[in-house]
Amino acid sequence: MEPIISVRGLGKTYTGGFTALKNVNLDIRRGEIFALLGPNGAGKTTLISIICGIVNPTSGSVSASGHDILRDYRKARSEIGLVPQELATDSFESVWATVNFSRGLFGKAPDPAYIEKLLRQLSLWEKKDSRIMALSGGMKRRVMIAKALSHEPSILFLDEPTAGVDVELRQDMWEMVRGLRESGVTIILTTHYIEEAEEMADRVGVINHGELVLVEDKHTLMQKMGEKELSLHLPEPLQAVPESLADLPLSLSEDGSQLVYRFDIKSSDTGIAELLRRLNDANIDFRDLHTRESSLEEIFVGLVKGARREKEQQLTGETQG
Amino acid sequence: MNWYGIRAIYKFEMARTWRTLMQSIASPVLSTSLYFIVFGAAIGSRMGEIDGVSYGAFIIPGLIMLSLLSESISNASFGIFFPKFSGTIYEVLSAPVSAFEIVAGYVGAAATKSIILGALILITARFFVDYEIVHPFWMLGFLVLTAVTFSMFGFIIGVWADDFQKLQIIPLMVITPLTFLGGAFYSINMLPELWQKITLFNPVVYLISGFRWAFYGVADVNIGVSLGMTLLFLLLCMTSIWWIFRTGYRIKT
Repeated sequence: MEPIISVRGLGKTYTGGFTALKNVNLDIRRGEIFALLGPNGAGKTTLISIICGIVNPTSGSVSASGHDILRDYRKARSEIGLVPQELATDSFESVWATVNFSRGLFGKAPDPAYIEKLLRQLSLWEKKDSRIMALSGGMKRRVMIAKALSHEPSILFLDEPTAGVDVELRQDMWEMVRGLRESGVTIILTTHYIEEAEEMADRVGVINHGELVLVEDKHTLMQKMGEKELSLHLPEPLQAVPESLADLPLSLSEDGSQLVYRFDIKSSDTGIAELLRRLNDANIDFRDLHTRESSLEEIFVGLVKGARREKEQQLTGETQG
Repeated sequence: MNWYGIRAIYKFEMARTWRTLMQSIASPVLSTSLYFIVFGAAIGSRMGEIDGVSYGAFIIPGLIMLSLLSESISNASFGIFFPKFSGTIYEVLSAPVSAFEIVAGYVGAAATKSIILGALILITARFFVDYEIVHPFWMLGFLVLTAVTFSMFGFIIGVWADDFQKLQIIPLMVITPLTFLGGAFYSINMLPELWQKITLFNPVVYLISGFRWAFYGVADVNIGVSLGMTLLFLLLCMTSIWWIFRTGYRIKT
């Protein structure tokens, strides 16, 4: 299936010389929820801003629904809705006026019935005549979403949608995003909350220093890169890992009360049977055990640290060369 | 053409006018009325006619121009500056609207406000002095042309300004002095010869002179020159705006 967004060789260097994006290639599939992860300054917002037409690219091309974002910007932009990171709203306008303004701006004829439905879905109908300045931060965030959806886009960008919102609203938004996906909207979100990506995304992209480090199906990523831990709770704390077990990937918790064994999820032989046998041989008893998979956050941190190490090694190599 | 987009920007800007009616309309009308009371009724009654026109009536075109220029600039500059300042400009930039449509919306609304204001000042003047309009269509033409041209100029200032001080500096420090020295309250023929020549470098002279000609059929400079200079300034503004959108100057990074 043709991707709904296709990014090819995208680069951006700002006037000051800072390179925010380097040769980014990315395909977003129609109807998916794609989470773009990366530390601050990685290039997430620049990438979104270029696709939406707010920032000019230095090199490369982008198409949305088959339309080039520069040559055929009208058709491309008509397909896209954007909820930016910052709460930028027209403080003195009413909710109703500002959402209708957005619809008109995107070239759509007025449709009060659709706007009413949208405001009701976002629990904003009761506030439709309120000035935006009188709304809470969470409500303002909902208004931004209503504005982005006012022209019925098929692609929705959510740049840090739940930054600074309370848990309840975050759950509501997750629910809304799932509902939008079910209605056929493709969603691209950037987030600092990895649990958000873990909870909602179909695929994950990790961007760091302007480079797309990887793009992977979320479950595949967690399987491919994830580790599993087996924790054994000891009845008596140990001072150190016994020498007879030193060749195993074992570590001891700080208080010595737990032995932690790490193993590869995808390996056919996890080594657990051998571990238990050797623990028995060493007369080490345990009163409880549990296993835990590494989270997306741990994988993400590992990836970013790995990329940083690689960069440092490159730099060291260049200096020595 | 994205007509809905133009209409959305236009309606949004006009809504701001009605929301701030005192500041947008009532305040300039009041200050102009004070000019009529002081210069037209009080001082004007002791002054002789200029080019066969009573002083009170003579200053009407200049006073309308004074308000028209400053309001066109301030409305249009604020219109585009505020979305930049508040961050809401992202929506306009990400919408399927062309540069022409964006300018049509913002400049159209700013010019509309200025024309409404000019008409209100004209009506207000009737309460203080008698006047006739010899060339009403030309008067309307100059009014619209000047409002559009200076709204475009205001748009450029709004894009250029990155703080509120810069937004005010051109209207206050450049336009107002040029208008006062451009023959709003006197005929440039009343100046010493050297100053008459220097004054011709002031572009506002041509606007006021042309506008006054439409009222009373008398002008400081030839009407063709007035019209030509106004059109030239319009062309300069259009070129600058074209360049702004082409390069993304202070709008896009």
